[in-house]
Amino acid sequence: MNEISILRSLLTIVGVSVAIGLNAVFVVWLERKVAGHMQYRLGPTEVGPKGLLQTVADGLKLVSKQIIFPSAADKPIFALAPIICLVPVFVAILPVPFSDTLQGHELDIGLLLVIALGLLNTLGILMAGWGSDNKYALLGASRAIAQICAYKIPLLLCILPVIMLSGSFSLRGIVNAQDPVWYAVYQPVAFFIYIIAITMETNRSPFDFAEAESELVAGFHTEYSGMAFSLFFLAEYSYMFLASAIASILFLGGWHGPFLPGVVWMLLKIYFFLCLMMWFRWTFPRVRVDQMLNFGWKILLPFSLLNFLITAGVMAIL
Amino acid sequence: MNNYLKEIFNGLKSLVIGLKVTMTTMLTKSTTIEWPREAAPIPERFRGHIMLRKNEETGLSKCIACGSCVRACPSNCIQVKGAKPEGAKKKAPILFQLDFTKCSLCGLCVESCPVDAITFSRNYALAGPSSEPFATMNLLAGLASPFREESNEL
Amino acid sequence: MFDSQENSTYQLEPVEDNQFVLNLGPQHPGTHGVLRVILHMDGEYILTADPVLGYGHRMQEKIAENMPYTQILPYMARMDYLAALSFNQAWVCVVEKMCGYEVPRRAEYIRVLTTELNRISSHYLWFGAFLLDLGAFTPFLHAFADREMILDLLEEVTGSRLTYCYFRFGGVSSDVDDSFLQGVQDFVEHMRSHLKTYHELVTGNVIFQMRTKDVGVILPFDTWGYGLSGPVLRGSGEKYDVRISEPYSIYPELDFEIPVERDGDCLARYMVRMREVEESLNIIQQTLDKMPDGPVRSKVPKIIKPPAGEACMAVETPRGELMIHVVSDGTKVPYRVRYRVPSFGNLSVFSRLAKGQLLADALAVLGSLDLVIPEVDR
Repeated sequence: MNEISILRSLLTIVGVSVAIGLNAVFVVWLERKVAGHMQYRLGPTEVGPKGLLQTVADGLKLVSKQIIFPSAADKPIFALAPIICLVPVFVAILPVPFSDTLQGHELDIGLLLVIALGLLNTLGILMAGWGSDNKYALLGASRAIAQICAYKIPLLLCILPVIMLSGSFSLRGIVNAQDPVWYAVYQPVAFFIYIIAITMETNRSPFDFAEAESELVAGFHTEYSGMAFSLFFLAEYSYMFLASAIASILFLGGWHGPFLPGVVWMLLKIYFFLCLMMWFRWTFPRVRVDQMLNFGWKILLPFSLLNFLITAGVMAIL
Repeated sequence: MNNYLKEIFNGLKSLVIGLKVTMTTMLTKSTTIEWPREAAPIPERFRGHIMLRKNEETGLSKCIACGSCVRACPSNCIQVKGAKPEGAKKKAPILFQLDFTKCSLCGLCVESCPVDAITFSRNYALAGPSSEPFATMNLLAGLASPFREESNEL
Repeated sequence: MFDSQENSTYQLEPVEDNQFVLNLGPQHPGTHGVLRVILHMDGEYILTADPVLGYGHRMQEKIAENMPYTQILPYMARMDYLAALSFNQAWVCVVEKMCGYEVPRRAEYIRVLTTELNRISSHYLWFGAFLLDLGAFTPFLHAFADREMILDLLEEVTGSRLTYCYFRFGGVSSDVDDSFLQGVQDFVEHMRSHLKTYHELVTGNVIFQMRTKDVGVILPFDTWGYGLSGPVLRGSGEKYDVRISEPYSIYPELDFEIPVERDGDCLARYMVRMREVEESLNIIQQTLDKMPDGPVRSKVPKIIKPPAGEACMAVETPRGELMIHVVSDGTKVPYRVRYRVPSFGNLSVFSRLAKGQLLADALAVLGSLDLVIPEVDR
């Protein structure tokens, strides 16, 4: 390994950490602002200009707090769970190209890596629920496990047509394949189902029953406090960021766009998806677990399967 | 099959209508009053803690220490001691103490007062590090200064 | 329901394999107060639900036995803090009935006007809290923005925002002025047009419909047996409202309807309350139009000594029928006071409704009953 590649790796690690941290700080602030204004409120205003530093203040507060281990908790599992939740995002964000030049590491199977690592989130939730020795946490974790198949299969079936159209597993290849026309135009159904599926994947309302607070107090992270608690939040917002980045790469042409530099377009598209998810969260009631499973299996799956078959058929004919 | 599609369509439509409502709200002005940077309006009849009215002629309180407010109070939070100053015809209070920690602001003392000596203050910014000053609020001293409306401003 | 007289600590029933006991409360976001429900669960399904009461017991009935009649008045607002004026009204009415005090007509109109405003504010708080139980945050604050207008109006006339102590024997404590009446008029007009957004945001929403339709169905033959009243009763198709069946105050002079839904599920109870808001607006409009001039308080003695005997008075609070039974022995303190509160009866049906439900549904049902726990515990 030569010096340049070591330097490059170091830069990537620092860059990814800073990007994820800054993104979480900004998105939490944005979420609170959006929520506030949707509810005739203002959101944070006091700390920093327009309350921008509110998340930093909250983060400092959480870091300075004690992490309480329940006496009957399975301590190694309990302590590992937030880390298992967070670390895969750091790896999964590596193959994501933010512009023509800005990319952690180009992989031929980048998309596969992202999908595979996305599953580890659920493992973290299960560990948190199991390790806490809390009934609410366990119920939350079991809900997260129950929902995983209901959204993962439609999600994959929505990605398949894109892979077929572009003929590539590389995220860069997929972006380059949709140079004139976005896949959102060719694949509106897949695009739509993909948005719903990532809302489920990131445990966001209306599908947030793993942490449903009016039912399960705080769901899988009921027993977590201090930094461990904030790691779950960091993980949630990082997953949202990752899922939005993948969505804009798969369907909205990644960094392609007129006038502005590529990375600006990419961030605009990512924050479009993030705002969409916030908009959903602050509008809808939560669905019930069995209703969500029904929705996943009876509506999302047939439609995505049909969409996949039609795409395959049309491609075979042409 | 037709029903199935219709249900999905109607469901989606209702969700879009809901999204429209929140978006409209987002674009309208918020109702927040940024207290203490802005003043919150306080109505005329606002019930703060009770206070004694001043007799404009003498500069003392109007209270005649009859004790009807003490009897009217459901929570026993008023203490009054009266004495007849030398040369005066009426009794005057030498102690008028309110335990604001017990007070439920019902207004029965205000109504029971025969000389209209008690009234509600409009002071709402009452906060302190201990309950002590509120448990022994000396309303006779309050005539002069400490709990007044100006303390609403930070 | 759990009987505390036989055993001082709750004996858990033996739990079979694959089942567990979940302690819902006393501190839990879904119970809206210090209610504890012991749930026997099999996975997410509830086998039995036992509400445990008394965490907020304040001996209201015993306190009333040691207090002059006037001084009990402020305690009324502490039972049901969301509908303080209905409780105010029940107490002043029952004492007026015992002593035979006259109430000026303007005072009666003001009482009805403010009580109906209070009813709307209570229903809005319920609306928000119920949607919070279903996981939607925004309707809560939308309802609060409108509820804030009512609180501002009532603060202007009563001086307080939540635990009002406004009614007095033989009238109300102070008159209303024109700016208040104008404010109420503006509010009624605002609400009439703004209520549409509630239905757009919530009622039509497919997720809301799925969560509430056919959930927690109270069958008509259960209604009277469990002592249900108010919107919970009317959601099951029983047309019973104290304002109509045992009219008091000026309600007979007003023209309004009692909303009734037949389904008995959470959605029906929701619809009853939302339609009640419209009817309350209707009532308020009529009181504004007909508001007579005159005094607001008749002369009553300072120390109230009702003749020996008893009196009973029922009013319709936002949660249902509140009945106060007072026994007087001719002294200035009551011999015995008994409150029949609506939430207690409404809570008692919960064990039956929760049986076999999912946890999420049980909390939706609990929310739809609109319980105020200090009122249950008294």
